Amino acid sequence: MSIQARHVSKRFGDFHALDDVSIDVESGSLTALLGPSGSGKSTLLRVIAGLERPDEGEIVLDGEDATAVAPQRRGVGFVFQHYAAFKHMTVRDNVGFALEVRKRPRAEIRSRVDELLQLVQLQGFGDRYPAQLSGGQRQRMALARALAARPKVLLLDEPFGALDARVRAELRAWLRKLHEETHTTTVFVTHDQEEAMEVADRVVVMNKGRVEQSAAPRELYDRPSNEFVMSFVGRANRFGDGWVRPHDLHVTLEPNGSTREVLVERLVHVGHEVRAELIRDDGERLVLQLTRDEAERLELAAGQIVYVRPTRQTVFEEARPKDVR
Amino acid sequence: MRKYGPRSIALGYLLIVLVGPLAMIFWRIEAEGVGKAWSALTEADTIHAFKVTLILAAIAVPLNTIFGVVCALAIVRRPFPGKGLVNAFVDLPLALSPVVVGLSLFLLYGRTGWFGPWFTGHGIQILFALPAMVLATVFVSVPFVAREVVPTLRELGDEQEQAARTLGASGWQTFWRITLPSIRWAIIYGVVLTTARCLGEYGAVAVVSGSISGRTETATLRVQDYYENLNQAGAYGISLALAGIALVVLVVMTLLKPQEAAA
Repeated sequence: MSIQARHVSKRFGDFHALDDVSIDVESGSLTALLGPSGSGKSTLLRVIAGLERPDEGEIVLDGEDATAVAPQRRGVGFVFQHYAAFKHMTVRDNVGFALEVRKRPRAEIRSRVDELLQLVQLQGFGDRYPAQLSGGQRQRMALARALAARPKVLLLDEPFGALDARVRAELRAWLRKLHEETHTTTVFVTHDQEEAMEVADRVVVMNKGRVEQSAAPRELYDRPSNEFVMSFVGRANRFGDGWVRPHDLHVTLEPNGSTREVLVERLVHVGHEVRAELIRDDGERLVLQLTRDEAERLELAAGQIVYVRPTRQTVFEEARPKDVR
Repeated sequence: MRKYGPRSIALGYLLIVLVGPLAMIFWRIEAEGVGKAWSALTEADTIHAFKVTLILAAIAVPLNTIFGVVCALAIVRRPFPGKGLVNAFVDLPLALSPVVVGLSLFLLYGRTGWFGPWFTGHGIQILFALPAMVLATVFVSVPFVAREVVPTLRELGDEQEQAARTLGASGWQTFWRITLPSIRWAIIYGVVLTTARCLGEYGAVAVVSGSISGRTETATLRVQDYYENLNQAGAYGISLALAGIALVVLVVMTLLKPQEAAA
């Protein structure tokens, strides 16, 4: 199912949660709504699900205006950040809820629930209560529950936000795999740019209730449409009039005409990557990223003076980016 | 000493204020004669008085349970203008003396009251009959279910209800399958308190019932009746029975409490 938001605005008191937002989600895509907290991404997701009514604008599902349609009739599956598990029901009853309220035959519910428990690897946990599950298991249960009635759209609100790093990574990969198998149109909200880039095939960057850019992950990184996207998606250094990615800085031990002098303040080794935190002579801080081999070849050390030159710089004039090489 | 300080104060206070007077009833019955107390309890008018009390509770408790849940849902889930006023009014019976409630019913349904003439004209007796006693009992027992359910609903939040909606449940299905099971212990607790309040009601009912033995006398009014007629053994006997009911209520509440905490 395709989703379109057209000129959607939503205010909570004086706060503009959404300010004339329009997005297009293609049927079968896996889209991330990415932004800092308060950017309106969760509100947009809730408006799509029908959990919030927009003040202005409309939501179009599969070409039809669904703005006034109640959430239970939209055919969406929604996964909440804090699981929203039905605490008084067993895992089995939680997962079967959508079929139960649709008055499906008992045998059908049974087999579908078994199938879903298998899918989320919770076989054998059916008779437990949500309180007896770990965070990751609860979230998998919530996913199974949302999938039970075969929704045409799966919406996830910061689905992995409350989980530890390892479980997060597992569930991300799992979501990606699930999408590849079912091709259900999926939209998830995240404030973690790495998560958005890794999982989604399309990323909508939001800030202050507006859409800053909507693009494929690669394009977002390589061709950010403005300074906000440049600095929010991936690391970026301000350099003169423009911006430079940490890996687009060339380091030398001797100055030449076009280099800037910097002091190495700190070196951080993350696996094969070395991150150097630099201070320029005018006090501006930069982050430099290089491989361990490069760092060893330069014999980089904290307290050392080195010289850097951007190899690729992005300058924004108004809203349009310009590449300077 | 420090550790036991608050505990001994609490226990001592309860002993003097609550347990002592109750123990006195036992002791007095012993002195007055158990036989006399028993015969007062088994008198036809006494049994009738208990019946009246139970009828009042049987009407007021379901009414106030439904009202309390609806009211709590309105207060917590649906912001509306005047919500604060409703919230405050629910507590009114706790603040208002039951005698005042009785008198106001008198003013409404009395011979010169607003509604009195209309009902009298249609041959319906409100005052000195069951209807006024029901009204009085309902009034004084309004707050308990709502007071128990409101904080529970608030703590529960509405995420589970939203989840149910996205899963295809109608408003009604969401209420029966999600909301109600989640607040059931608060409701049960509220019902127990409401019942206790109904059984113990004296002031408002005393004003509007007329205390006619065998007709409009409740168990608590019967105690007063015996006491005034110097049948102290009878008064103590019924008091003991009422205290017994209160004890059962107390035990039920204590048994429910941990359940509520776990839910």
